[in-house]
Amino acid sequence: MSTLTSPLRRKRSKLLTGAMVLYLIYTLVPLLWLLLSATKTQDDLLSTPGLWFGKSFAFFSNIKQTLTYNDGIFLRWLGNTVLYVVVGAGGATLLATAAGYGLAKYKFAGRRAVFAVLLGAVAVPGTALAVPTFLMFSNLGLTNTVWAIIIPSLVSPFGLYLMWVYATDAVPHELLEAARIDGAGEVRTFFTMALRLLAPGIVTTLLFAVVSTWNNYFLPLIMLSKPNLYPLTVGLTQWSNQATGVGARPIYNLVITGSLLTIVPLVIAFLLLQRFWQSGLSAGSVK
Amino acid sequence: MAESMAHESARQVRPVSATGRNRRRASQDGKGWIFVGPFLAVFALTFLAPIGYAIYLSLYRNQAFFGGKVFVGIDNYTEALRDPKFWEAFGRVAAFLVVQVPIMLILALLAALAIDSARLHASGFFRIVIFLPYAVPGVVAVLMWGYIYGDNFGLAANLNDLFGTTAIQPLSARWMLPSIANIVTWEFVGYNMLIFYSALRTVPGELYEAAAIDGAGTFRTIRAVKLPALRGAIVIATIFSIIGSFQLFNEPNILRTLAPNVITTYYTPNMYAYNLSFAGQQFNYSATIAIVMGVITAIIAYIVQLRGSRESL
Repeated sequence: MSTLTSPLRRKRSKLLTGAMVLYLIYTLVPLLWLLLSATKTQDDLLSTPGLWFGKSFAFFSNIKQTLTYNDGIFLRWLGNTVLYVVVGAGGATLLATAAGYGLAKYKFAGRRAVFAVLLGAVAVPGTALAVPTFLMFSNLGLTNTVWAIIIPSLVSPFGLYLMWVYATDAVPHELLEAARIDGAGEVRTFFTMALRLLAPGIVTTLLFAVVSTWNNYFLPLIMLSKPNLYPLTVGLTQWSNQATGVGARPIYNLVITGSLLTIVPLVIAFLLLQRFWQSGLSAGSVK
Repeated sequence: MAESMAHESARQVRPVSATGRNRRRASQDGKGWIFVGPFLAVFALTFLAPIGYAIYLSLYRNQAFFGGKVFVGIDNYTEALRDPKFWEAFGRVAAFLVVQVPIMLILALLAALAIDSARLHASGFFRIVIFLPYAVPGVVAVLMWGYIYGDNFGLAANLNDLFGTTAIQPLSARWMLPSIANIVTWEFVGYNMLIFYSALRTVPGELYEAAAIDGAGTFRTIRAVKLPALRGAIVIATIFSIIGSFQLFNEPNILRTLAPNVITTYYTPNMYAYNLSFAGQQFNYSATIAIVMGVITAIIAYIVQLRGSRESL
């Protein structure tokens, strides 16, 4: 964990920095294109160069149009996404934290079996699960409800793995022993003491769960057919699909502005929380 | 591999806590289920039950005229293994895997080594910006790149105008797979870079000091100290990337509206399974395809893991 690379602390290399700047440009050009395109009207989009501004500056009118198009369905999708993220990712983090803690701190029978089953299940492709999950949920009457999205989001094997490794080191056994001697129950110890020690790992797990729920596309695509339950991802592709086929009504400017609005919250979250997730990852996930 | 890590850490902790409290510990240990139980319950519902149901489905076939279903044993599987559409799709993701995954992981590795080298100006800035695409939803990334590729108003069209050609056609049949590979690479280099970078941060400083005393230069240090330290992370990243490649769906499915003649309904195994179910109502056969892909993925991931951990000894 030492940040001490001092013996190697030689001169900073211009060549290396230059090579990395090239990669940086590759990373940023599409995002720059998106940002610039969000300032253009549909006419400008089709008639002016991609990497510069258009004739008119339509950024704010694009945002207004995006938010009000079709009776404000975009805001509805945003609300749905937030609901799926708060309940799904929040629940996933809680379950993964508790389970990771349990696996790391209790040596009960069947623990190894749990691990084997988890590892096997992670290797199974999402679609192998998606179709049968759809049919199961359909029989249970859960398709076209928010539960069809929330319930599968509650399981994060990656989060469990991360919390398991993290809890192994972050919560000392002596502390648990002391709490037991003081007569604290196991569950109370978990909530009052362990959670605090696990905080950096929890933030990391939460952030990755938020990303995967926010970005979820395949699951809502198959589970939902009512547009008013869509999350942003499925809604945006539906808008994009309007541009082709019979009776095409392209709304490129709205798809682009909507895409930009979809990215912003996650980027802000990552930037604000970077201290947490970077330390959480390096201490916990990969050794 | 993960298990051996968890065990190793447990071993380090145990000598402290095993000093005569074993009996008390044992009585507490059963309570682990309180914490693991809820996760496992949801896991069983969303992972194990669908797998079981998929296996069940794959053994039956719907009768077209009479309705109802008949047990057909492994007929669906033999059909899948002889299905040219399935193998075409499989071949495509296999080619994608062989080319795209090494490129992506090598780029990620180079970026991680560069950022960790302490020879880069503003390394923290590079780290966060290169990671940024991971925060972009895959759907948005594909829409964005799809428009950029397009000849309507994309950068591809701009470049063609600039050079007065029509040579750049990212959405043509010939270039579609590389175009998809580019999107996936753009999305995931940063994520893999972060995994590698995190692993590099755990290398003890003394190792670098020892290497420096032995007169090891930058590249020698990378080979002798850094790459061995990265082995576990590389194996994990490779396994995740293999799984991701075999599951390729979002990118081709969204690009399909831009290039419906290039991307077929069975462009990848995943799209094939999806379209069999939701366009064709062939749920049994779709489940079979999904299971076959799942088994192949699991086997390859397992082989990679085995090889990865054996070479580390």
